[in-house]
Amino acid sequence: MAIGWYLTVSALIFSIGAAGVLVRRNPLVILLCLELMLNGANLALVAFSRMWGGEDGQIFALIVMVVAAAEVTVGLGLVVAIYRLRMPIDVDQLSELQG
Amino acid sequence: MSATTAGWLVLLCPLVGTIVIALGYRVWPGRSAGWIGTLAIALSFVFSVIAFAKLLSFSPDHRQLTSTLWNYDVSAGVDAKLQILVDPLSVFMILVVSGVSTLIHLYSVTYMTRDRGFTRYFSYLNYFVFSMLLLVLAGNFLVLIVGWAFVGAASYLLISFWYRRTTATRAGIKAFVINTVGDVGLVIATFIIFQHAHTVQFLPVFHSVHHDFVRNGTPIVAACLLLLVGALAKSAQVPLHTWLPDAMEGPTPVSALIHAATMVTAGVYLIARMHALFEWAPTAADVGAIVGCLTLLIAGTVALVMTDIKRVIAYSTMSQIGYMIMGVSLGAYSAGLFHLMTHAFFKALLFMAAGSVIGAMAGEQSLDRMGGFRRALPFTFICFLVGGLALGGFPPFSGWLSKDDIIAFADHRGGAFLILGIAGYAGALLTGIYTFRMIFRTFFGDPVPEAVELEHGHLAHAEVPRNPMTGEEEDTDVGFPGPDHFIAEREWPMKIAMGALAVLALIGGLIQIPGVDDGVTKFLDPTFADSKYYHVDVRAAPAWVGLVIGALIAIAGIAIAYRIYIARRGTAAQLRERFAAAYTFLWHKWYFDELIDFLIVRPALWTGRFVQSVLERNLIQGVFTGGTTGAVRAGSAAVRRAQTGFVRYYAALMIVCIGGVALYFLISSS
Amino acid sequence: MSAVLFFIAAIGALTGAIGVVILRDPFYCVLALAVHLVSLAALFLLLRAEFVAAAQVIVYAGAVMVLYVFVVAYVGGGESLTSGAVLRVLGPLFALALAIELCIAMLGAGLKGVSSKGAPYVLGFGTPAHLGRLFLTQYLLPFEIASILLLVAAVGAVVLARRRRGLEAEGERIDAFLLAARRPAYTGTMAEGAGIRPATQNVDYAIEAERVGSGAGDGTGSGSNQEGGW
Repeated sequence: MAIGWYLTVSALIFSIGAAGVLVRRNPLVILLCLELMLNGANLALVAFSRMWGGEDGQIFALIVMVVAAAEVTVGLGLVVAIYRLRMPIDVDQLSELQG
Repeated sequence: MSATTAGWLVLLCPLVGTIVIALGYRVWPGRSAGWIGTLAIALSFVFSVIAFAKLLSFSPDHRQLTSTLWNYDVSAGVDAKLQILVDPLSVFMILVVSGVSTLIHLYSVTYMTRDRGFTRYFSYLNYFVFSMLLLVLAGNFLVLIVGWAFVGAASYLLISFWYRRTTATRAGIKAFVINTVGDVGLVIATFIIFQHAHTVQFLPVFHSVHHDFVRNGTPIVAACLLLLVGALAKSAQVPLHTWLPDAMEGPTPVSALIHAATMVTAGVYLIARMHALFEWAPTAADVGAIVGCLTLLIAGTVALVMTDIKRVIAYSTMSQIGYMIMGVSLGAYSAGLFHLMTHAFFKALLFMAAGSVIGAMAGEQSLDRMGGFRRALPFTFICFLVGGLALGGFPPFSGWLSKDDIIAFADHRGGAFLILGIAGYAGALLTGIYTFRMIFRTFFGDPVPEAVELEHGHLAHAEVPRNPMTGEEEDTDVGFPGPDHFIAEREWPMKIAMGALAVLALIGGLIQIPGVDDGVTKFLDPTFADSKYYHVDVRAAPAWVGLVIGALIAIAGIAIAYRIYIARRGTAAQLRERFAAAYTFLWHKWYFDELIDFLIVRPALWTGRFVQSVLERNLIQGVFTGGTTGAVRAGSAAVRRAQTGFVRYYAALMIVCIGGVALYFLISSS
Repeated sequence: MSAVLFFIAAIGALTGAIGVVILRDPFYCVLALAVHLVSLAALFLLLRAEFVAAAQVIVYAGAVMVLYVFVVAYVGGGESLTSGAVLRVLGPLFALALAIELCIAMLGAGLKGVSSKGAPYVLGFGTPAHLGRLFLTQYLLPFEIASILLLVAAVGAVVLARRRRGLEAEGERIDAFLLAARRPAYTGTMAEGAGIRPATQNVDYAIEAERVGSGAGDGTGSGSNQEGGW
């Protein structure tokens, strides 16, 4: 298949992830949608790497995976901590950092 | 040691005295600060004598010496140097100032004993003497202005010395504010002179005044009138005179030194020093003469009704300085300065004797409560009498020779100045009356209880110390007078000081007997060599006629006072009733205080309040600070609304903006 | 053949993605994401990125998702959790706009290779050998930084989620936390220190803050307003 198809799929995955971030209220699910966006970006990177013939895109994609893993770790740690403090797991109610 | 070195040492001694006393403020035991101060001024006097002797060793043409310690700055054409001018006029002045100051310091050591502010007093007093010496030794306008300002500051510090008395602090502020008006005049005059002469040093300015200015033209008249404003403020002449009677709130030796002998004569010195300028601007000189004449009459009339003994002497000071100002404005420089010297002697003596009487009265100063101290205070009585006779112009005391010298010169200049001469004689009559009014009321008549106690050997003591002017109760702690009072009969320093001054008041006039020795005139000749009035020979005969008339008027004044106050006792009360309106007018000191209050003080206070309440509160706090903070607050409140705390809102914002940026790039690259 | 595989994998990926967004229970969302990840691995293989595909399955689907499963099991949370009205409509709209833009950007950009199947295949493209060589030569620095990042993340996770021993029980901790967030009005102000407006208890902070905020620039004037004589 032409590379363009892969890029289209990547764009769709990315925007579905964006929609998920905007729509969902559970922070866990928001993080999942964030993963979706990262994956979309990974697909685009790998597609371009295939297009150009060099493996730089794949390296970039691997690093993105590392970053995603780290971010998920910390984010989930936060969610656990919030849960432990008996605060609601709802992004709309965790809004004290305001003003 | 040269004359100029002696001049610098004259300045150094009181400065070192001030610093040493002030730095060791807590350390000096007992009265040692007083002795240190007196020693410093005595040394200064010794150096003045050395300067005098050295100056005489030069030939008369070369007796104007300048010495510069360092250049501050020579830029933009202003030659600012720390420079003194040692010439006959300044040596004359430093002799008088340091000599009289030494005696007053000696007197003060006793007078201020056990006052909690003793050390502070002597550091201030030394500072004052330093400032006055700096003023008279100045060799250029800048040092003169510095000395002028320092003297004003010292006067303020010493008038409000007993700072917990509201009357004293108010008087200090009043004196300082009026002096500031004079300072402004002096500074602006310096600007004008510098603008035309391009230098601020005295000798070059005086030598080139004929080239730089048009005779009687606007710049020189303006400069001289502004100098006159400075002189009038410092010398307490009408209309800037209202501070001097209030300045009597300070301790009596301060009144003797500053407000009789030295500071108030600074105006006379100024006009004498600037005689080259004043002669080139006759309009200003005439204004000065008229002001001096008016002052001597006004002050003389007011002194007739004052009841506070120090204020009577203050008004008499004002009147005598009026003579001096009139004299130097007319061109009678040696006469005016000679009167300055003799006046320093007898006026300081009068103040010291008054201090002794006040001590006997345990702090009470009102003539109404005094009487019959002749037997209780014999030494003080004799001193007071000597001072009073000298002041009144009774022959052969010093005041007689000096005062009539001035009047004779006025008569000699003739024309309209004759009126000034006649006014001078009228003033002399008033002088005799009020002086002996004071003496008769204090020392004659029935002895008051304090006098009776003193005759039995017991000095009166007030149980509750009171403010002599308002009568309110006080303390004797810091900021108030000390608990002890002193009279001359019992304290040897006071006796020595008063005795020395009494002798000088008696024989001090002998150095300038017209036609015989003219000592002052000859000595001051080099300074005034360029004056067209100086070498006018007032012939001996008309001078002696004037002296005789003066003596007769003095005797007449004493006789009138005798008749009112001793021969027919109730005459004073009768006169007061007959001329009630005039009495009230004089009692309110010609309403000058009320006039100045109405014209100047009230508008100034109103302006201040208006600015504070309207401008400051509404404009500055409201619009500027409040407005600025309000604007910032409103702006930040608007921006703050973007921080809602909702994560998804932020995410939406980000996505929209990223989309917008991508759109921009899409469009711009296609 | 590869086209068929492509479409299967693509549809799998998109279905998984949509499932993540729409499914209510977070556990199901995690599972949907796992499906998505595996499909994506298939797409990577189609693009000849063997190592990345393997890493995707092993690391992403195998480790990260497992972690997610653990946390979701611990936390739970499955109430009706969709947004308020506004973002429910606008969210998908923004996303749609974004998708269209991205498509236009990528496909309409005029890149030569977009319509091709890719560069000529080099033997060993995408193998661990090639990637390893690149990692250890040209991209050494990002490699090292990535490992440091992982270390930091690990430490951070441990710190965030640990239980604090020796302090007061959790119940009291939350109460103290909530109390501290709602102080009485004027606490710690100069007015309180000067005794003009003492800190009052039981004042609703929000109402007080509003009242004070409306009177701007008021505090300094009152004290110094004495009618002073000269």
